[in-house]
Amino acid sequence: MSEYQAREFKVLGQRLKRPDGFDKVTGRARYGADVEAAGMLHGRILRSPHAHARIVSIDTSAAEALNGVKAVITRADFPQAAKGYEDIQDNCMAGERALYDGHAVAAVAATSKRIAKQALKLIKVEYEVLPHVTGVEQAIAPGAPIVQPGKVSKRVPEGFSDNVVRYTSFGHGDVEAGFAKADAVIEREYRTEASHQGYIEPHACLATLDEDGRGDLWVCTQGHYFIRDMSCAVLGLESANLRVTASEIGGGFGGKTTVFVEPVALALAKKSGHAVKLVMTREEVLRATGPTVSTYMQVKLGLNKDGIITAAYARLFYQAGAYKQGTADFGAMPAFAPYELENVHTEGLDVITNRPRTASYRAPGAPTACYAAESAIDEACLELGLDPLEVRLKNAAKEGTKSSYGPTYQDHGLIQCLEAVKDTEHWNAPLAANQGRGLAAGFWFNFGGETSVSVFLNTDGSVTVTEANPDIGGSRASISMMVAEEFGINYEQVRTTVTDTGSMGQNEPTHGSRVTFAVGMAAIKASREIKADIQQRLAKMWDVSADQVIWQDGKAHCTDNSKGIEPMSLPEIGAIANNTGGPIGAHHGANMEGAGVAFGVHICDTEVDPETGFVSVKRYTAIQDAGKMIQPDYVEGQLQGGAVQGIGWALNEEYVYGDDGRLQNPGFLDYRIPVASDMPMIDTVIVEVPNPGHPFGVRGVGETPIVPPLAAVGNAVSRATNVRLRHLPMSPPRVLAAIQSA
Amino acid sequence: MAHIQIFGSLRDLFDGQAAIEMDVRNLRDLLTKLPQAYPDCAEEIEEGVSVSIDGKIINDDWFRPIHADSEVVVLPRIVGG
Amino acid sequence: MSSTHVSTKINGQAVEYVCPNDASLLEVLRDQLGMTGTKEGCGSGDCGACSVTVDGRLVCSCLVLGVEAQGRAVETIEGMANKNQLHKLQEKFLEKAALQCGICTPGVLIAARSLLEKNPDPTEQEVRYWIAGNLCRCTGYDKIVRAILESAKELREEAA
Ligand code: FES
Ligand code: FES
Repeated sequence: MSEYQAREFKVLGQRLKRPDGFDKVTGRARYGADVEAAGMLHGRILRSPHAHARIVSIDTSAAEALNGVKAVITRADFPQAAKGYEDIQDNCMAGERALYDGHAVAAVAATSKRIAKQALKLIKVEYEVLPHVTGVEQAIAPGAPIVQPGKVSKRVPEGFSDNVVRYTSFGHGDVEAGFAKADAVIEREYRTEASHQGYIEPHACLATLDEDGRGDLWVCTQGHYFIRDMSCAVLGLESANLRVTASEIGGGFGGKTTVFVEPVALALAKKSGHAVKLVMTREEVLRATGPTVSTYMQVKLGLNKDGIITAAYARLFYQAGAYKQGTADFGAMPAFAPYELENVHTEGLDVITNRPRTASYRAPGAPTACYAAESAIDEACLELGLDPLEVRLKNAAKEGTKSSYGPTYQDHGLIQCLEAVKDTEHWNAPLAANQGRGLAAGFWFNFGGETSVSVFLNTDGSVTVTEANPDIGGSRASISMMVAEEFGINYEQVRTTVTDTGSMGQNEPTHGSRVTFAVGMAAIKASREIKADIQQRLAKMWDVSADQVIWQDGKAHCTDNSKGIEPMSLPEIGAIANNTGGPIGAHHGANMEGAGVAFGVHICDTEVDPETGFVSVKRYTAIQDAGKMIQPDYVEGQLQGGAVQGIGWALNEEYVYGDDGRLQNPGFLDYRIPVASDMPMIDTVIVEVPNPGHPFGVRGVGETPIVPPLAAVGNAVSRATNVRLRHLPMSPPRVLAAIQSA
Repeated sequence: MAHIQIFGSLRDLFDGQAAIEMDVRNLRDLLTKLPQAYPDCAEEIEEGVSVSIDGKIINDDWFRPIHADSEVVVLPRIVGG
Repeated sequence: MSSTHVSTKINGQAVEYVCPNDASLLEVLRDQLGMTGTKEGCGSGDCGACSVTVDGRLVCSCLVLGVEAQGRAVETIEGMANKNQLHKLQEKFLEKAALQCGICTPGVLIAARSLLEKNPDPTEQEVRYWIAGNLCRCTGYDKIVRAILESAKELREEAA
């Protein structure tokens, strides 16, 4: 069942300007914190200074008495959460216990930011401090402080503390038999520290909610339907009564797919009877939102002399923060996904600790697992004296390969990406002293999901597309381009807008690399429905059958030449819409399954200063299969941005916890994301192997680019220093220590 | 009869079997009949699974057909960032 | 907290406001004057989203007090285009897709303009170091740097 049809494209592939661009370069675009309401109050949240503590009592009376304070709330102001949303509620506002440094315990709404800040100081919280654990290896050891008792799933193996709450495994064949056949077996351990999505726009919202549970919410989010549904589940509201509007969004990368401040702002609005604006500080963002897992990973790999992987095994411990999550699944599945393996076995174990509840970050779970797997492959190549590219090519998964996580692959472009490596000037360029070159592959599933889109033909022939997925990186332009392509008209004649939850049916958030694929496909299908409707109308007008009306070059043509009918353009058709049956439009709501997997391969050159351990990235190339590029700039931009995020994770970014369990570096000065002077240009090579599940062959591209960099940088640094580094980030002290101990 | 592959740790929920044969027409059928035949898996199914049908990951589409020769793999629910 | 009356110039226009003595210029611009084009990413001088110029000098407006604008000239992103006529940098950013989410864009544009005013012919490295105080999490900087270099080139050509 292939959706894809090969064709010539007129609009796709052009570097066109985005419709929201003008507002964004002039400062007019309105982001989460850029709106106000009459009589608006300012909300602020009080957060636990303890990593783990029982909340004995909270006295809000002094804060309430402060002039200008209109409401103070605690967990007591929240109803019982709907089933399945208990953890989300607890993370927004702590119940009996504060589970991490930065966990919300109370909130105020006041007439000014200053008063709100002052009021927080007047809230008296009595804590009984409890033992805490923040490190993954400490947390899994028997005898560790237990973060949340009673959460252990049935299949977790014996021998761990009750912080190991979930277990999954994947694979096929017999790994022991595979290791027996190997010429070299390497067994290694790798560790990675938690990173944060690091979007530059802090979470922000503006809420109103009346006594009857009717409200409005303006919020920066990747998915306003998720925000609506979660807020309703946490506050006991009905979805239809809460209208959520997504602002322009200043980055998300997965971190803005869930609620943090939104239910708090709504609860404050309800209690105070005023609109409440709540904007997080950067410190709050780092202490209480995001971050990713930290990991402890064991890998065992067997290769024969020819470079064939005879067996692959990985056991991944994923530290997921204070609540049970399933991220280890998404490490265990993609770890060896790029390879065709006879014997493979991966195990994922989710571990809870006294850290913030982790949120998705671009291909959540995959970068760390692929770091371990791709590093181990590199180590095996060095041991056997094999070429890392040849080994990957020899073992590469193809169409029809049974993947390491079960399903058999449909068509994809991994081999083409690997072949493209050979052709780059980069791969063949010489290296200078203290430099090393690393190669790594990566994979992400991609995703479709529930999608609603409406398309209208206006009376002047222009086309309006209404969708409801926040546009983070130019999706309005891409969707307009696909609709223009489908109608055979110019991009400028189509305008796509993102609407609110009160105006459009359900949509998954902008995540999972889904928007260009899924929203694009829904828009194409709605456009096709419009074309079919027009065919019916013109058939009546021309007195022919509908199949005698065809579309060509943006016009409806009559195939019965004997009639001498002139083709009609969209403006001509739009002008007579009311005479031929009324307004022309179509809505397409569907579950857009069929996203194609996306593979990428990255090459990285690093130079390591042997005196200081400082690593600089000298050259970087990201190669990926995009299926079919809509707007090449945006595809390149996803590859470049994802690669640099991965480089930051590999070299610098790290959550540092003190012995007291408190986050030591909750600011951009100490949680250091890459800056312009750290980076070289990021070269890109885009391979196009059409996705059979999309009419134009589109694959999602957003997530895969963050998967290969961790290992690509790791392999480059290890080859530059001749010392294998197995702990990310490779910050100067760690690199120096490794060089000195070698 | 469709051939349903059970992966890794999920096998414990299916009496240790790596694959089971089941007469199912579509995804909904599968998700209804699996917990009836193997009650241990009910919790997992309710928590949410993705099912790969002939290499395509399907999350919710109940009426997605499953043919006699379909490759069906039950997986943890796929999300994204 | 007592307040102070301030007379200043913003984007060439005389402006008066009364602000608390401890209010940052960023706070005044955004909350009091409704000029939300200048963004807040950190409030601590680490991200550059709040970049403006004061008497031609590039500053983080979150680290400048509102009262310090007294008698000076402040330039913000709102004043960069001439009505609907975009500045060369703005045009290039659009043309070269140098923005994804766009939250860093106002700050980067202000910083880049200030660079080109001082150094019309910067090297790639000079551009990278000049904007090292402007964090962008989306683009990996590649297209931003290219857009700035190309703007510089075209501006030089136009001036010649
Ligand atoms: S907000 Fe001023 S530097 Fe970040
Ligand atoms: S474009 Fe998003 S932070 Fe720069």
